[in-house]
Amino acid sequence: MARVKNEARRALTWLGAIVVGLYAALAIGVVTGGASWTPALALDLAGGREIVLAPTLAEGSDQQIDQADLEQAVDIIRRRIDASGVAEAEISTQGQNIVVALPGNPSEETVDLVRQSAQLQFRPVLVSGAPGATTTDESSADASASAEPSASASAEADATASADASTEPAEGTDASSLDWVTDEVQAKYDALDCTDPENLSGVTPGDPTKADVACDQDGFAKYILGPVEMDGTDVDTATSGPEYNSTGTLTGRYEVRLELTNDGGKKFADITGRIKDLESPRDQFAMVLDGVVISAPSVSTSITGGQASITGSFTQESAQQLANQLKFGALPLTLEVQSEQQISATLGADQLQKGLIAGAIGLLLVVVYSLIQYRALGLVTVGSLAIAGAITYVLIALLSWTIGYRLSLAGVAGLIVAIGVTADSFIVYFERVRDELREGRSLQAAIDHGWRRARRTILASDAINILAAVVLYMLAVGGVRGFAFTLGLTTLVDILVVFLFTHPILMLLSKRPFFARGHKWSGLDPRQLGRDTMYKGRGRIVTGQPTLAERKAAAAGIGAASAPAADETRPEGEEN
Amino acid sequence: MKLNLAQWGNKLHSGEKTYPIVQQRKRWFIVSGVLVALSLLLLFTKGLNPGIDFVGGTEFRVTDTAVTEPAEAQDVVAELAPEATARVTILGDSDVRIQIGVVDTQTARDITTALADAYDVPEEQVSFTQIGPTWGASVGKAAVTSLIVFLVLVTIVMSLYFRAWRMAVAALVALAHDLIITAGVYALVGFEVTPASVIGFLTILGYSLYDTVVVFDKIRENTANLTAQHRYTYDELANLGLNQTLVRSINTSVVALLPVSAILFIGSFLLGAGTLKDISLALFVGMAVGTYSSIFVATPVEVQLRDNEQRIKDHTAKVLELRAAGDTDVAISATGDVRVGAVDKGRHQGAAAQPKRKNRKA
Repeated sequence: MARVKNEARRALTWLGAIVVGLYAALAIGVVTGGASWTPALALDLAGGREIVLAPTLAEGSDQQIDQADLEQAVDIIRRRIDASGVAEAEISTQGQNIVVALPGNPSEETVDLVRQSAQLQFRPVLVSGAPGATTTDESSADASASAEPSASASAEADATASADASTEPAEGTDASSLDWVTDEVQAKYDALDCTDPENLSGVTPGDPTKADVACDQDGFAKYILGPVEMDGTDVDTATSGPEYNSTGTLTGRYEVRLELTNDGGKKFADITGRIKDLESPRDQFAMVLDGVVISAPSVSTSITGGQASITGSFTQESAQQLANQLKFGALPLTLEVQSEQQISATLGADQLQKGLIAGAIGLLLVVVYSLIQYRALGLVTVGSLAIAGAITYVLIALLSWTIGYRLSLAGVAGLIVAIGVTADSFIVYFERVRDELREGRSLQAAIDHGWRRARRTILASDAINILAAVVLYMLAVGGVRGFAFTLGLTTLVDILVVFLFTHPILMLLSKRPFFARGHKWSGLDPRQLGRDTMYKGRGRIVTGQPTLAERKAAAAGIGAASAPAADETRPEGEEN
Repeated sequence: MKLNLAQWGNKLHSGEKTYPIVQQRKRWFIVSGVLVALSLLLLFTKGLNPGIDFVGGTEFRVTDTAVTEPAEAQDVVAELAPEATARVTILGDSDVRIQIGVVDTQTARDITTALADAYDVPEEQVSFTQIGPTWGASVGKAAVTSLIVFLVLVTIVMSLYFRAWRMAVAALVALAHDLIITAGVYALVGFEVTPASVIGFLTILGYSLYDTVVVFDKIRENTANLTAQHRYTYDELANLGLNQTLVRSINTSVVALLPVSAILFIGSFLLGAGTLKDISLALFVGMAVGTYSSIFVATPVEVQLRDNEQRIKDHTAKVLELRAAGDTDVAISATGDVRVGAVDKGRHQGAAAQPKRKNRKA
């Protein structure tokens, strides 16, 4: 019997180790910052604004929105929100939708940042310079000269340009002409500080027919750009890959290949033909996405045929990123608001509180019911539920730290429903053990047999539950996911608890005289289960019949009251 | 109560007491058939009552206000969005919910401010939800997709697990039965269908099958060596399994329904309409129907399907023939019913059943 005890103790030790390990991990998270002892709450419990956006393509477009495009859109929204200074915004994709959750009561400007769609523009570079703002109120020529370490040409050109730059150039002026750099543009350029993250995303693009200023996306440079010459609709697609030289061998570098539409190819040929011979930086061509320059390659030959290759110091990732950005910019994509929800913090707190009350009542009812049904065995259910609760809690807290899981009201409902499903595993198990007792097995044999059969049933039915949870999680949207997540999580915890707690505890309890002898409050009393005789091992059976000695005693009128109890007939020393 | 239920369970387990559910399956098929037909009729005539999440619209919610007069909200809406009709509901004792059709964002903001003013609460206490008309369609589409994928997967898993496609089919029939009746109840009472109710519906999927799997597992165990004996028919053994899991089915349903009813109670009386109420309502109806169907629909359907199998047909004929000839030793009660008992003979447990020696090393 030592074997059984060891097995049970080993399982319990494992469980203890897992629980301690999980809480230790969370404690480390809390100490090192980032984690919190309480799970993070979703918007419907914490209060805030949730906006669901569906990217839609313009009517008649035959392009497809793929995952990379969605991620690009999320990335753009995230940059904008981060730049606006809103902390803890959650932006994620769900299926084909983008869900933006903003805490608190965000301002209208912030909400508008989310709704805006990003545009890709191609503009010629007129002036480029160091990213910092020029605070001095000196003349523009000085400013750009000091800003630009390498391009003396631009400073010179600038000086000449600004001489008569108080007016807008006439229509039809060459887009690379420095006439576009008016005083106004120059002032804007001087004031632009590209070291401020606010200017690195979500900048509303200026008038496409005029010159504009923009930052490099990494904040390394700032530019004055000519009017828009091409936009996203001129781009067919963009890909990235290793660069081949003219003989077809790998150079070990990466390139981004840009494919233009017929129309775009013609425009591009014109532009490159015009700027290839200009001085630096006017031979550069800026691609502006969402008001930020994502790339500004210089052009050395005129590119005809609608295919361009951008090379440079790309890594595989940066090439991939640029290709994705260009491809995204090529989509005639608008973000349509599908639903918008503002939950006040008081409503959220109220819902959480009521949800917790509902859970507590549900738990209490289950506990009371299982105590009535299974008496002392019901305590095992209570213990198992407590362990399951402790594990689920720490898992949710850990997951909200590691993968940013947020507990929503639907998730809370999932947890409450899970109480029933978890308790059911114990019911299946206990009923099986009782069935075996009814067949006349001793408690230990009954637990052995019952466990083997119940285990299969529990695994099969839990598998169905997990399958449901996974399918719902993968395919559904919105609140359904939160629900599916907790349902799946608690089902896994259920399996863990049944294997590592309920079964081992029952094995250990079956050694206790209280259970082994089938005390009538133990819930495993064979007499209540319709068995008056029970095999006790070593060739002996226990019957409900009084022994000969008892019958005699009863006949003599002594001890009659205690006679019906079968306990007396049992030999001592069975419980080892 | 405990004692009675346990004794009842004992009798069910031993076969001393048996409810002839499988034998009377025609009756239950009629009951379920009528219920399903009524539900379908209701669904097609009356239809479901979709919430604003499915048709689009705007919902405002004022929390924790001392003024709970619908008229205030009516006035605000009449003034700011004259073309919209407001549906105002008082939730609990301090919340007001106002639902109107689709309005533009600016109007929604104005109404929020006006409502805060009218109900004398800070603006933070006014929540609003605005749903575009396409959102509900995408939720619905996602739900249908998940439903189909889930059904296909579950059919495969169950066919593999039970090694019998008939069991999978029977479980799916029971599942369809549960979903249709739950939807029927929704149509009948006119509960609002929201995405939260859809969550509830989808959860019924898992629960209904879960419940059925447990019953089928016992039936499979009882009929594992069916053809090796000629005392009982497949019908009788399946019915025995059903009766043996009856106590568990009842316990399971009670335990599952208790937390759900707690949410339902809290959701409807303390919170008013909302996610909790919608989920728990669907679950409550679905679980109740699910318990019924795992007993009265799934198993009878499974037996019905099985009885068409040639192997089972032959076996049943043989058993009945032997019984008619009086060649079997089955116990027949006064009413002429066969008392179905264990199929396997008891066997000697051998040395394994003996207590182990003390202090022996493992």
